[in-house]
Amino acid sequence: MKITEKEVRYVADLANLSLSDGEVHRFQADLNEILGHIDRLNDIDTAGIEPMTQVVYEAGDTTTLRADRERPPLGTEAALANAAQAGAGYFKVPKVVER
Amino acid sequence: MDIPSLTIDQVREGLLARRFSAVELAREALSFAEARNPSTNAYLHFSPERAMAAAAHVDQKLARGEDPGPLAGVPIAVKDVILTKGVRTTCGSKLLAHYTPPYDATAVTRLEQAGGVVLGKTNCDEFAMGSSNENSAFGPVRNPLAPDRVPGGSSGGSAAAVAQGTAVLALGSDTGGSIRQPASFCGVVGVTPTYGRVSRYGLTAFASSLDHIGPLARTVRDAAVLLAAIAGRDPLDATSAEAPVPDYTHSLNGAVKGMKLGLPREYLRELKSETGDLIAKGIETLRRLGCEVRDISLPATDYAVACYYIIATAEASSNLARYDGVRYTFRSASSGTLTDMYRHTRGEGFGAECKRRIMLGTYVLSAGYYDAYYLKAQKVRALIARDFAQAFSEVDAIVAPVSPFPAFKLGEKIDDPLAMYLSDIYTITGDLAGIPCMSVPCGKTAEGLPVGMQILARHFDEPSMFRLAYAFERAGGAS
Repeated sequence: MKITEKEVRYVADLANLSLSDGEVHRFQADLNEILGHIDRLNDIDTAGIEPMTQVVYEAGDTTTLRADRERPPLGTEAALANAAQAGAGYFKVPKVVER
Repeated sequence: MDIPSLTIDQVREGLLARRFSAVELAREALSFAEARNPSTNAYLHFSPERAMAAAAHVDQKLARGEDPGPLAGVPIAVKDVILTKGVRTTCGSKLLAHYTPPYDATAVTRLEQAGGVVLGKTNCDEFAMGSSNENSAFGPVRNPLAPDRVPGGSSGGSAAAVAQGTAVLALGSDTGGSIRQPASFCGVVGVTPTYGRVSRYGLTAFASSLDHIGPLARTVRDAAVLLAAIAGRDPLDATSAEAPVPDYTHSLNGAVKGMKLGLPREYLRELKSETGDLIAKGIETLRRLGCEVRDISLPATDYAVACYYIIATAEASSNLARYDGVRYTFRSASSGTLTDMYRHTRGEGFGAECKRRIMLGTYVLSAGYYDAYYLKAQKVRALIARDFAQAFSEVDAIVAPVSPFPAFKLGEKIDDPLAMYLSDIYTITGDLAGIPCMSVPCGKTAEGLPVGMQILARHFDEPSMFRLAYAFERAGGAS
């Protein structure tokens, strides 16, 4: 087993995912199977290879940056239109600080 | 007019000859699509107001004697991971069932500027994660050519709409094969352009170093015209490329004699199947057209699925962190503290495949595992890109299968995630290298299921890819 039930619950916590016990067991089995396949990466020699962090093409370092000019923002009303809960121009969430 | 077989050129001719107006076409295309949609579930919802406004705009331009644009009046479907201002965009997820974007994706803006008419939004795997369209929160899509089978995924609705004739063109997105594989399964043309060729502004992010927007169409020409309309630098997407956009239709001339094509032996050696036979026949067609076909090797291929499912899930786990019950409509009813609210919202909102990928991605990025998984995968990705660069020093294009098999039955593979991941082997390599690649119809199995042939080319060499695809299409594929 590459990943234990305890680790599955730990990772779910990191990812802010509530999982049922059934899901924990299912994902433990799935992740073990997938990580088993991923193990084959140990067989390929990558000594001296630079990691590919982005697809690169011929362009200078800053050519893809747009001009730093003011643009009208989206606006509060549009930004809040899809809020689960909004009020007084803000996103509302459960209280985190006691008065 | 014959709605289900329309091409861009036919729409243009009809409009210019005043046989129909753009508004009449839009109305007829919408009612045809609405009537046919229940048999496939390809569209999640329609956008009649937007379609009629765009069509009216085209008619005004025509009345004034102005050029109405290369996509004038053409009915287009847009995958529901691509934002449309004022038109619901769900990403196939319960989390976004009621989400209405405040802005348009650049690709949508551009296709409307070119005269295109957006009919509606197409079904897909949740957040574009899947190869069968069975991971949609709004029900699977049925393959229009075989209703008991999947259309492929994740752009299954876009491919099905084009195949069914309920759209002339569609936008899809591709992170690991999500345009090409459904195009292959539904017998249409699907193009994944070079990374950076089309702006992703307004594309819901899945794996940012791999995500592409691209066209689906019934002909190579239509796909090329749509790509030209949406491609090019966009100041709103820093990863979009400066390179000028050529007129791709200039490449559609059949001049493929002497083109050097590579056949990757790692892709073909295990393909002893009807799909393999059809690809072999397709290669014979290309030889007959005067192409020089030679074996090439892409030795890192065996590591591609492992590499992809580390990078894609790591990036996804980060990109999907934003769906936390604050900004994007859905919030769990059973929330206590702020943290509980996040956890329950995500636990209730995401479907199984998204959760699986968030878990895998979070795991490979977690303390102590980063070097062994993510960093290692980035190095293997560099090797996969190097394989292609090496191959393209010898050949002009690479020819390969799209999928190891044709459309499978609904439910057949849903319980075996690893098997589903492994079936992406031929398409994920192009995404990892960032090169342009496409699926063009090759032939049909004895059962009548379409099989696509994949063409891959150098960075920004869409012209060679289209040149070959067009000649292959005109020659009748594997026939």
